[in-house]
Amino acid sequence: MPKREDLKSILIIGSGPIIIGQACEFDYAGSQSLRSLREDGVETILINSNPATIMTDPTMADHVYLKPLTTKSIVEILKAHPQIDAVLPTMGGQTALNLCIQADEKGIWEDFGVEIIGVDIDAINITEDREKFRELMLKIGIGMAPQATATSFLKGKEIAQEFGFPLVIRASYTLGGDGASIVYKPEEFDEMLSRGLEISPIHEVMIDKALIGWKEYELELLRDRNDNVVIICAIENMDPMGIHTGDSITVAPAMTLSDRTYQKMRDMAIHMMRSIGDFAGGCNVQFAVSPDENEDIIAIEINPRVSRSSALASKATGYPIAKIASKLAIGYHLDELDNQITKSTSALFEPALDYVIVKIPRWNFDKFEGSDRTLGLQMKSVGEVMGIGRSFQEALHKATQSLEIKRNGLGADGKGYKDYDQIISKLTIPSWDRVFVIYDAIQLGIPLSRIHEITKIDMWFLKQYEELHYLEKEISTYTIATITRELMLEAKQKGFADRQIAHMLDCYESEVHKKRTLEMDINRVYKLVDTCAAEFKAMTPYYYSTFEAEIEKPDGTRYVENDSIVTDKKKVVVLGSGPNRIGQGIEFDYCCVHGVLAAAECGYETIMINCNPETVSTDFDTADKLYFEPVFWEHIYDIILHEKPEGVIVQLGGQTALKLAEKLDKYGIKIIGTSFQSLDLAEDRGSFSELLKANDIPFPEFGVAETADEALALADKLDFPLLVRPSYVLGGQGMKIVINKTELEEHVVDLLRKIPNNKLLLDHYLDGAIEAEADAICDGKDVYIIGIMEHIEPCGIHSGDSNATLPPFNLGEFVLQQIKDHTNKIALALNTVGLINIQFAIKDDIVYIIEANPRASRTVPFIAKAYGEPYVNYATKVMLGEKKVKDFDFNPQLEGFAIKQPVFSFNKFPNVNKNLGPEMKSTGESILFIDNLKDDQFYDLYGRRKMYLSK
Amino acid sequence: MKYQAKKKAVILLADGTIFHGKAVGDKEGTAFGEVCFNTGMTGYQEIFTDPSYFGQLMVTTNAHIGNYGTNSDEVESDSVKISGLICRNFSYEYSRTVADKSLKQFLDENDIFAISDVDTRALVSYIRDQGAMNAVITTDIDNLEALKKKLSEVPSMEGLELASKVSTTDPYFFGEENSTYKIAALDIGIKMNILRNLAKRGAYIKVFPYNSSFEDMEVFAPDAYFISNGPGDPEPLSDAIAAAKKMISSGKPVFGICLGHQIIALANGVSTYKMHNGHRGINHPVMNLRTGKGEITSQNHGFAVNREETEANTDLEITHVHLNDKTVAGIRMKDKDVFSVQYHPEASAGPHDAEYLFDQFFDVIKSKSSQAV
Repeated sequence: MPKREDLKSILIIGSGPIIIGQACEFDYAGSQSLRSLREDGVETILINSNPATIMTDPTMADHVYLKPLTTKSIVEILKAHPQIDAVLPTMGGQTALNLCIQADEKGIWEDFGVEIIGVDIDAINITEDREKFRELMLKIGIGMAPQATATSFLKGKEIAQEFGFPLVIRASYTLGGDGASIVYKPEEFDEMLSRGLEISPIHEVMIDKALIGWKEYELELLRDRNDNVVIICAIENMDPMGIHTGDSITVAPAMTLSDRTYQKMRDMAIHMMRSIGDFAGGCNVQFAVSPDENEDIIAIEINPRVSRSSALASKATGYPIAKIASKLAIGYHLDELDNQITKSTSALFEPALDYVIVKIPRWNFDKFEGSDRTLGLQMKSVGEVMGIGRSFQEALHKATQSLEIKRNGLGADGKGYKDYDQIISKLTIPSWDRVFVIYDAIQLGIPLSRIHEITKIDMWFLKQYEELHYLEKEISTYTIATITRELMLEAKQKGFADRQIAHMLDCYESEVHKKRTLEMDINRVYKLVDTCAAEFKAMTPYYYSTFEAEIEKPDGTRYVENDSIVTDKKKVVVLGSGPNRIGQGIEFDYCCVHGVLAAAECGYETIMINCNPETVSTDFDTADKLYFEPVFWEHIYDIILHEKPEGVIVQLGGQTALKLAEKLDKYGIKIIGTSFQSLDLAEDRGSFSELLKANDIPFPEFGVAETADEALALADKLDFPLLVRPSYVLGGQGMKIVINKTELEEHVVDLLRKIPNNKLLLDHYLDGAIEAEADAICDGKDVYIIGIMEHIEPCGIHSGDSNATLPPFNLGEFVLQQIKDHTNKIALALNTVGLINIQFAIKDDIVYIIEANPRASRTVPFIAKAYGEPYVNYATKVMLGEKKVKDFDFNPQLEGFAIKQPVFSFNKFPNVNKNLGPEMKSTGESILFIDNLKDDQFYDLYGRRKMYLSK
Repeated sequence: MKYQAKKKAVILLADGTIFHGKAVGDKEGTAFGEVCFNTGMTGYQEIFTDPSYFGQLMVTTNAHIGNYGTNSDEVESDSVKISGLICRNFSYEYSRTVADKSLKQFLDENDIFAISDVDTRALVSYIRDQGAMNAVITTDIDNLEALKKKLSEVPSMEGLELASKVSTTDPYFFGEENSTYKIAALDIGIKMNILRNLAKRGAYIKVFPYNSSFEDMEVFAPDAYFISNGPGDPEPLSDAIAAAKKMISSGKPVFGICLGHQIIALANGVSTYKMHNGHRGINHPVMNLRTGKGEITSQNHGFAVNREETEANTDLEITHVHLNDKTVAGIRMKDKDVFSVQYHPEASAGPHDAEYLFDQFFDVIKSKSSQAV
């Protein structure tokens, strides 16, 4: 049956601010869903409170509501749009589902005659209520781990008595493994049990016997109204049971499953989906498989909605799950839809991969001092990267290169651990670095069997690691002069970076690149992600790189096949922002996507390079060409050599893209917009303060120190309190306010230990100052300030953690004028072409400059949403030289004030210091519109300011 | 595994194009066959032992092959049927508790030559565009001219009868002797999992060689007939076609799979043709026209039944169609209990979506035999 004609207007619920466990994958899902529904002529109405998303752009839906995700907002929207026929709650994660259920319980949907589509509320209730779920599974003959429910502390204790340890405690109705823990010892049990009960909104926990060490898999399913079900992707967790799947290194396709066991699992998944309810849409099922000869399969859970894993599965296979799930929700059958990649075959099919993807989570433990860094059942990562390669080893290497944690891949960088006890302990207690430690362990000669015994990671993966180790050993017996082409090709095919090979051969990276490209003719080629392993011709420009063997034509000419054909159009590369992390989140993806779209409007062929599977920028529908590659020098340089673009846009992708500017400049590649020299000038405190002095702009007194002695000497000159920070960092990492010499010394020693050879900046801290910031667009001649924001929190709280009010609420004309003047002067003095963000401290009516960043900032999307203007689009056109600032007809619209509110994920880190300071800790943001300053919520926030000041 | 340099090897296609790679293990070898590819991401052991692949040089598109070793229990016939393997990454070491051998050992024992490190994606695209063709894989790279000459002498798959090479020479039995039903199966390359599926549903099966006559089979007094899958071109299988005609007129239920499906079509006067590229994978979408439901199927065929002739034939109804290219995926005879599918409901490797066809076969057998009583 085709599309339902009775669904003419649909409400979509977004996922709100980014928190751990619910990140920008839902912006990707929501954006796809909106596009998909509009394609079919359906009117779309969206509610989401997160301004940093693409989905909340005015062009994405017919009506966008940037409102708090509450039933009150829902009622307001339904009153304003009585034409809404249905609500699609499956694109906004658990937040949207919970809101949908709440509204359902209050009878709101019924009152307004709105149908819930894409999901079945009973299905959600079954899957969320572990007891019901368990009963159902047993009824349909699906195995589960021994499990029982406790609604009281006493009952919990009884269950533990019966099952014995280790046990798993999971809180009902929670997200991302909140309140879940593995308990190995009886003495830990009481605390974990209380915590689980507390966190569950219905005061209920499930206690399971732990299947530690079983292999873990996830299947992504789609079902239509005709009950056709297809499996889009099977994902294998390299980290077995015991680590939350969001914190596990995962691989697709499944690497170690026989057909027999896989098909059994497939049957079970389909049976489960059909049993929980009657709905059309996406679904995710998790299984555990016993690693013994029985290969027993046990169901862990089922999520009847689009999830983080479906975003990964979409990027891993090229099959756009959210897009198709939306079509299924409005009535289409799978067989009526086209495969979106081939456009010639059916959407009713299961993708075949001829490559491997590896996802590695990105953690930010350094931001949560005192946090428990052990990985377990509760998700702690803040983002993820995906590597695509023609082998597991290549994909694994690419993923590790994408993480931006100053590693070049596995081994060969002198950073590995060498201490036996330390390695054993790091294998035993998994944390962010275990993926590297496994390699260190092999290099130290620890037997694979021992590593397997400790980690339970399947031997196949460990043997892949071991092969890399032996290859490294082999290469190390050569020099750059003696290495053979064959060995070089093998090293590249297994993903070793030129830098790593240089380390093995003891030479420079540039020598390796030169040798392999010019002498050996070993060049990256690009292959398509096409859903069908080349069985059909595919048109969609979604590429990854690899190295391949040669092909010889009958006439003797040799070539290596490259799927990415270079056109003769003028092109521009936009560098993405890599994995989400604190300080660099979805805002930059928003900027990159708009940069791409603006460049396309100017007639450029757009090329996106990014490695974050959760994002809209890595949707193959966004840029003309998507290279899903690490934002890592070697990969970028090779793409540039292949595509020969006019230039590269670095100012939209946050610090990740920006820090590649120097090398691009060195290699003579044009940086679009503000030049590297200006970017560098703004970053270098010495030269920047000269610039400020020359322009007569005040700034807090500061100095640069490289040792603790120098820092102490500086302190005498600058006076306490001091703000101490390393240069070139993100989100205020390592930034601290110190009030005396003891604190200063401690912090300096600590910083120099963590980041050796870094220069430290010491600023006199303006105690009690007001903080403000401005974003502007500059074309080198004219400056337009797009917004000035006043922070409610005083100076000293990181701007990302502050509530920022647009426009300022109590800055006088005199102060505002200084802000405007300084912004103008600095933008011009830096020869800014594009965006610039300047942060100010205001004390005694004097405006001081804290810092200037000639790039897109975290606040640009917020201002764009508050004023309803496409600023990134404008800025990109300015960067490209297509437009001047004067060409735009600026017309910001805002009644009252907009407040950017930070959102934290502290509940994932129970013991962490929640005090805010110069180091950013928030994971996301939401927007709040208020009519005037009498608003209660503003009062509340403003009241908190006093608290900070009194500290 | 310690680092080990591997011997160079190539695939030489009939049109003279060469794809470079390396020999699996330190073997030297040469193997001829028609190049075909399979996009399955699991089930290599089942695929390699599937008699329908006889004479094929198999390109596996999955990035890794051999990860979970092999298990003597998961074979589709008693030996490896492909003539050679072409892959990207070969797993010399495996991990699976129930596996008894590595894929390397398994291939060695069957004397099958394999090459790895080939740009299989480029090879598949090439075959996709140029059509299936004969090729040779070899380590004998200094002797390519001679091999090229030899290659030109290898007959094309079109018109090639291969069932005789894989069929049993003597009849044999499968299943419990005291089962409710008896089925006579014509083996033109039968997969073990078909027999398992039939036996599981309560049949005792007698498997007959490819050249058996209907009369040979009739002696077994079966409740129904089955015509198996198999390799090669169906048209030269005149014995099988003749037997099929008589099976149809016997009034007993007849079920055909793959090559067996083509035989049933030929017995109805519908011709078959060699496809530009066959269907080989475990993710092929088929629409059941009678129920309106889709199914994901395991497929392996290089020939297909002529669609126009089937539509024009008043005795036949198209029951299943391949969703990607609308080729005929299943037929039934309107007034008889005869039906067949082009794909593999027995899966192995592949999804179980189409297993209901065996149930359907047994439903027909059941109602037939109750009528007889």
